[in-house]
Amino acid sequence: MTERSIDLDVLRYNPETDSEPYWQRYSVPHHDEWVVLDALNHVKDNIDPTLNYRWSCHMAVCGSCGMMINGKPMLACKTFMRDFENLIRVEPLAHFPIERDLVTVMDDFVSKLARVKPYLIPKQHKPVEEGEYRQTPAELNRFKQYSMCINCMLCYSACPEYALIPKFIGPAAITLAHRYNLDSRDGGRDEREEVVASGEGVWECTFVGACSEACPKHVDPAGALQQAKIASTIDWFKEHLTSWLNK
Amino acid sequence: MDGHYVSNKLMLSAVAGKFSFGTNLKQRRGFATNMETIQTDIAIIGAGGAGLRAAIAVAEADPSLKIALVSKVYPMRSHTCAAEGGAAGAIKAEDSLEHHFNDTVGGGDWLSDQDAVEYFVKEAPRELVQLEHWGCPWNREPDGSVAVRPFGGMDIKRTWFAADKSGFHILHTLYQTSLQYPSIKFYDEFYATDLLVDDGHCQGLTAIEMRSGRMHHFRARAVIIAGGGAGRMFPFNTNGSIKTGDGMALAYRAGVPLKDMEFVQYHPTGLPNTGILLTEGCRGEGGILVNANGRRYLQDYGLGPETPVGKLVLKTMELGPRDRLSQAFFHEQQKGNTVKTPWGDCVYLDMRHLGEKLIDERLPFVRELATSYLGVDPVKEMVPVRPVVHYMMGGIHTDIRAATPIGGLFAAGECACVSINGANRLGSNSLTEILVFGKRAALSAIEHLQSATHTVNDAALTAQAQAAQDRIRTLFLRPVGNESISGMRREMMDTMELNAGIYRTGEGLADASTKLAELRRRYAEGVSLHDKTNVYNTDLLQALELGSMLDCAEALVASALARKESRGAHQRLDFTGRDDVNYLKHSLAYYHPSEPPRLDYSAVSITKSQPGVRNYSGNKK
Ligand SMILES: Cc1cc2nc3c(=O)[nH]c(=O)nc-3n(C[C@H](O)[C@H](O)[C@H](O)COP(=O)(O)OP(=O)(O)OC[C@H]3O[C@@H](n4cnc5c(N)ncnc54)[C@H](O)[C@@H]3O)c2cc1C
Ligand code: SF4
Ligand code: FES
Repeated sequence: MTERSIDLDVLRYNPETDSEPYWQRYSVPHHDEWVVLDALNHVKDNIDPTLNYRWSCHMAVCGSCGMMINGKPMLACKTFMRDFENLIRVEPLAHFPIERDLVTVMDDFVSKLARVKPYLIPKQHKPVEEGEYRQTPAELNRFKQYSMCINCMLCYSACPEYALIPKFIGPAAITLAHRYNLDSRDGGRDEREEVVASGEGVWECTFVGACSEACPKHVDPAGALQQAKIASTIDWFKEHLTSWLNK
Repeated sequence: MDGHYVSNKLMLSAVAGKFSFGTNLKQRRGFATNMETIQTDIAIIGAGGAGLRAAIAVAEADPSLKIALVSKVYPMRSHTCAAEGGAAGAIKAEDSLEHHFNDTVGGGDWLSDQDAVEYFVKEAPRELVQLEHWGCPWNREPDGSVAVRPFGGMDIKRTWFAADKSGFHILHTLYQTSLQYPSIKFYDEFYATDLLVDDGHCQGLTAIEMRSGRMHHFRARAVIIAGGGAGRMFPFNTNGSIKTGDGMALAYRAGVPLKDMEFVQYHPTGLPNTGILLTEGCRGEGGILVNANGRRYLQDYGLGPETPVGKLVLKTMELGPRDRLSQAFFHEQQKGNTVKTPWGDCVYLDMRHLGEKLIDERLPFVRELATSYLGVDPVKEMVPVRPVVHYMMGGIHTDIRAATPIGGLFAAGECACVSINGANRLGSNSLTEILVFGKRAALSAIEHLQSATHTVNDAALTAQAQAAQDRIRTLFLRPVGNESISGMRREMMDTMELNAGIYRTGEGLADASTKLAELRRRYAEGVSLHDKTNVYNTDLLQALELGSMLDCAEALVASALARKESRGAHQRLDFTGRDDVNYLKHSLAYYHPSEPPRLDYSAVSITKSQPGVRNYSGNKK
């Protein structure tokens, strides 16, 4: 029996040698249980050692291997070859500059994560010696889903707003801020609001919902954005109403 | 889809602007030669759990100290993210430090250093509470206190968990917390190639910036290695592609011995086609292991009597330690009791009786992994599993202060060997270890800064950095030969699997030793690059990683060959008993550039637990 094979088209680009990206076609074995990452590894090991891409865990948790697969942002380690008939096309994640081949420049994303102060700002300080903060399972469940983000950036590639307005803080970073805001131990919401409720924050979002559709971890960034927007609106009214009442 | 193509293309101008590529590209082809020097106080290699914990500890202790956190991947990609089950720390009223100590030392087959274990169990709860204060979403009891789950080899439940993504949450909590300290400077996607050691003191390192291919020369007053494990030496493993033993190799080549490298942990329940791990938490929640005949075979290997399905009895049967469980698999395979699958022999992990609700609440990731990667839903079907290489008990020789024998050089995490894990690590001790000793390494490094008196010889250090760069240049200049990196890597992996697996023999290990010597020679003489450009060159990266793995593999095999006994995870078919008279000691392998390592030994610290019998039968009480 001859081995089935499939064409894998990869967008290649090397800033040192290429003036623009180009497509390169590889023929790879088509195994039902292989993911696209296995096909790329097959190319790297057996056909073309000059191909470059990021990966590590091969179990959809490190967030390294996001790329466009047949036009959609996906994790290469969780996208099965069996779902494709005769051609797989992979490109670097949309909306990010290409560093080399499938590797994108992620500075913008990383700096946005840092900007939302994604760490616990305790409501009440408690020395470690006094043990853990109490948090009921129900309180944990309020933010748990929003803490599952693997920083894969697929939502940024799916987001039409980020494409148009690169300064938009974007789905994952706002979700992360929201995660801490919802944490019963946290009191840092006001500090985060400066960024989240700014022009570059929630107000840029037009609720297309593409981010939640793309998210491989069911984090539902669109839901978080929606909630954050409502909360910011309430803040706005509170602030303006009280100052008006005080007049 | 063309829309995406266009947007990527548009972005290119941004790239060209940013990194000033463009017209003078040709000049930059070949090899980037200009080296950048960075001055810092403490350099940390590795931004996984151990490295991040160390960085935060330095930043908290003294905000004026400059920290360079150097990592070959972005911090959140580090393999700590893959840990599922949880982290051990005694906090519950029925538990005690004594119990945690005894479980750890017995689990380690008495090769653990007991003074280090005492320190470890004492610090463990504090570190886990500290993580809680930083926001880690640990599972909770109805009253709001932290919940714990049972793990193998522990006689009381003490594993803190965040569903089955504990390592993921630990890593992200640490990373996010670290972002608030301005003194931590992140050097993400920098690959460390060499340590700079002069006058008996480690004073920096060299690292390649992946984005530009440029070598960077870090000057530091102390260096902490937190480079993670080396499971990628074996073909079938739970480790991410980054776990290639670089941290161990850096220290080893600089003259620090690698300790107890022969102790490699196999985890009993890996998915057979990919090696993806199904956490011990599956058994901690009540999952059972059965062979092809439906028998809970562990009872035939000193782990019985059989316990009732659905009722947990700690520290016996499926909650025995990993080494015993993986060894039982081997014997079942010999007897023909395993299940044939396209990916080799397996046994079944049966979780059906746990029910959908519990599985979704406590093991959702396990369900997702088994369903998507193997097409088996644990709620409805038994999952075929087999033992898989998981963890390195051995590593860089450190003491209880996380210090190596070289002044100013510290190590923590999976790359280090203190040793608290001895001959077999208990599940959920490692996540705690990276916290406890990550912090310890930081405090020791600070103490070192306060007391160090060595001189800084600028010329000598610069010459070393230059030499490191020259070695890379030589690689670039070497014409493409017949040796392929992936081919040599495959040969190494096959040798390790065949000869250094769950059961070993003197003959097999000798074969492996010969083969590795040959591979190291071929590597030194013949490894070459197909890709001779600078930007994000993973051909180069993989070549260097292969070099690290070959060095670690050789230390492993040499130590295993010399240890003529069976202890914990090191099992010899030709020396089946534990031999405390001759081998109650740590192996130390010293690097040699072209020959197998020189071996030496050091004493095990025994404070209050004399070597005894490891009894995991349910009848023991
Ligand atoms: C699938 C899986 C599940 C596990 N589950 C558990 C569990 O439930 N409980 C438990 O206690 N333990 C568990 N473990 C073990 C535990 O997760 C690891 O031992 C631990 O996370 C290691 O942390 P670390 O910080 O030492 O290394 P890592 O997190 O692996 O980080 C290593 C760091 O070193 C960097 N690095 C390496 N080489 C270089 C170089 N040349 N230059 C620059 N940087 C470099 C990397 O970039 C990375 O940042 C599990 C392990 C695996 C694989
Ligand atoms: S929210 Fe989802 S898609 Fe976006 S980065 Fe996080 S995990 Fe990825
Ligand atoms: S390789 Fe880690 S998410 Fe795909």
